[in-house]
Amino acid sequence: MAKLHVSTTINGEPMEFLCEPNDTMLDALRGPLGLTGSKEGCASGDCGACSILLDDRLVCSCLMLSAEAQGHEIRTIEGMAHGEKLHPLQQKFLEMAALQCGICTSGMLVASDALLKKNPQPSEEEVRFWLAGNLCRCTGYDKIVRAVLETAQDMREARN
Amino acid sequence: MTDIRYLSPSTLDEAVSAFAAAGSAARILAGGTDLLVQMRAGSVRPGLIVDIKKISEMTAIEETADGGFRVGAAVPGAVLAEHPRFGKVWPGVLEAVNLIGSTQVQGRASAGGNLCNSSPAADSVPAMIAAGAIVTVAGPNGRREMPVEAVPAGPGRTHLKPGEILVSFTLPPRPPGSGDAYLRMIPRTEMDIAVVGCGVSLTLKGGVCTTARVGLGAVAPTVLLVEAAAKALVGSKLDDAALSAAASACSAACRPIDDKRGTIAYRTKIAGVLLKRTAAIAAQRAGGN
Ligand SMILES: Cc1cc2nc3c(=O)[nH]c(=O)nc-3n(C[C@H](O)[C@H](O)[C@H](O)COP(=O)(O)OP(=O)(O)OC[C@H]3O[C@@H](n4cnc5c(N)ncnc54)[C@H](O)[C@@H]3O)c2cc1C
Ligand code: FES
Ligand code: FES
Repeated sequence: MAKLHVSTTINGEPMEFLCEPNDTMLDALRGPLGLTGSKEGCASGDCGACSILLDDRLVCSCLMLSAEAQGHEIRTIEGMAHGEKLHPLQQKFLEMAALQCGICTSGMLVASDALLKKNPQPSEEEVRFWLAGNLCRCTGYDKIVRAVLETAQDMREARN
Repeated sequence: MTDIRYLSPSTLDEAVSAFAAAGSAARILAGGTDLLVQMRAGSVRPGLIVDIKKISEMTAIEETADGGFRVGAAVPGAVLAEHPRFGKVWPGVLEAVNLIGSTQVQGRASAGGNLCNSSPAADSVPAMIAAGAIVTVAGPNGRREMPVEAVPAGPGRTHLKPGEILVSFTLPPRPPGSGDAYLRMIPRTEMDIAVVGCGVSLTLKGGVCTTARVGLGAVAPTVLLVEAAAKALVGSKLDDAALSAAASACSAACRPIDDKRGTIAYRTKIAGVLLKRTAAIAAQRAGGN
């Protein structure tokens, strides 16, 4: 069986790759595309470490076939910083020690970024519900939630 | 090497013929939040995957001429939540659909996949049954309609015929004074499987319940329509006696299993408790309409 040829856009750049029909988007990202920022924690939709944006919607890349990327737009953690300049969420995660081992971090950042784009002023409860599908074995979540809330505030102030 | 094929047809006719031709090894792909997990676990090994998301009817949300809604089978929960009117008319159906999984899962998971996966604990199904939703199904012999409660046949099995694909849910128009609600009992607040799920839809006129439907999940091999509970509510002012009778009817309808989430006795009791709470929310919403 021949491999499938997929043309897609990743972090704003047109990309092409070959895949098996049952490869997941996470397989494609971490394999042929060499974008290993998205992590595989569970491969079953439970942990959120593989979070990406598909046409600006937050999804688990482990629950998407890579063939489905054809003609769509994908955003990954690799597109978050502008060159050497970190995204405010990345900077805040560092400052507030919102990570330890780092396995959950790219998923947390991608998911938090999606939240702040949809809701620039989330309550703590909204942050916790939004991130309920992002598991972290290290931090106890508190520092992550605080970092997201503080970034939201900084970004609002920067806009005003 | 695998001999699996992936197709993403843009018309329903193409999808039906490819799906029917491939026989029992073929699987429909909507959001993939059940299918990919099952493929990964090795419990499903499809020879053909038919992705239905390029078929516009499958992803459309329309208000029908009579004031009802038609929701495509593959519409993700997050998209349904963004519809300006759907959640105002059917808040119970929307809250049930939106309870499925995390934000990430909501980005993909559909009510069609939830129904066709046929888990007894599927969250959207009791609410859809309560709403009186009708599904449209397309197959090699054309289209047919059936009530939602007629689709599940048992855990993981449906009454869809070989080659048939679920196309859409049609929800009826809402008379004034109508409300619906869905509650599920789970040990935590997010990301868990229902121990019991209860959907209620009703209409009140001058404080009297004129119509009601009750759907009950996770207490039998399929999600149940509990007609006896609805009967106990209709004609009443939803007073304690009527609610208790409806709660007893729900408990009586239970044929649950014992598992790590709940015992038979617990599920049976909770079914009645949830009926009362869900009916109260539906009634409050009906009053606000
Ligand atoms: C982390 C996680 C949490 C979850 N939490 C919940 C939860 O809280 N509550 C809950 O109810 N479920 C939950 N689920 C299960 C799943 O997300 C839901 O059942 C979801 O609604 C499935 O929809 P889908 O579009 O992803 O279906 P898919 O995976 O695409 O399909 C599911 C099944 O239905 C078939 N199918 C899909 N569409 C059609 C169609 N139109 N016609 C014929 N057959 C079709 C497929 O072939 C497959 O067998 C969870 C899953 C995950 C991974
Ligand atoms: S790896 Fe995708 S959710 Fe865990
Ligand atoms: S930092 Fe280790 S899992 Fe979150």
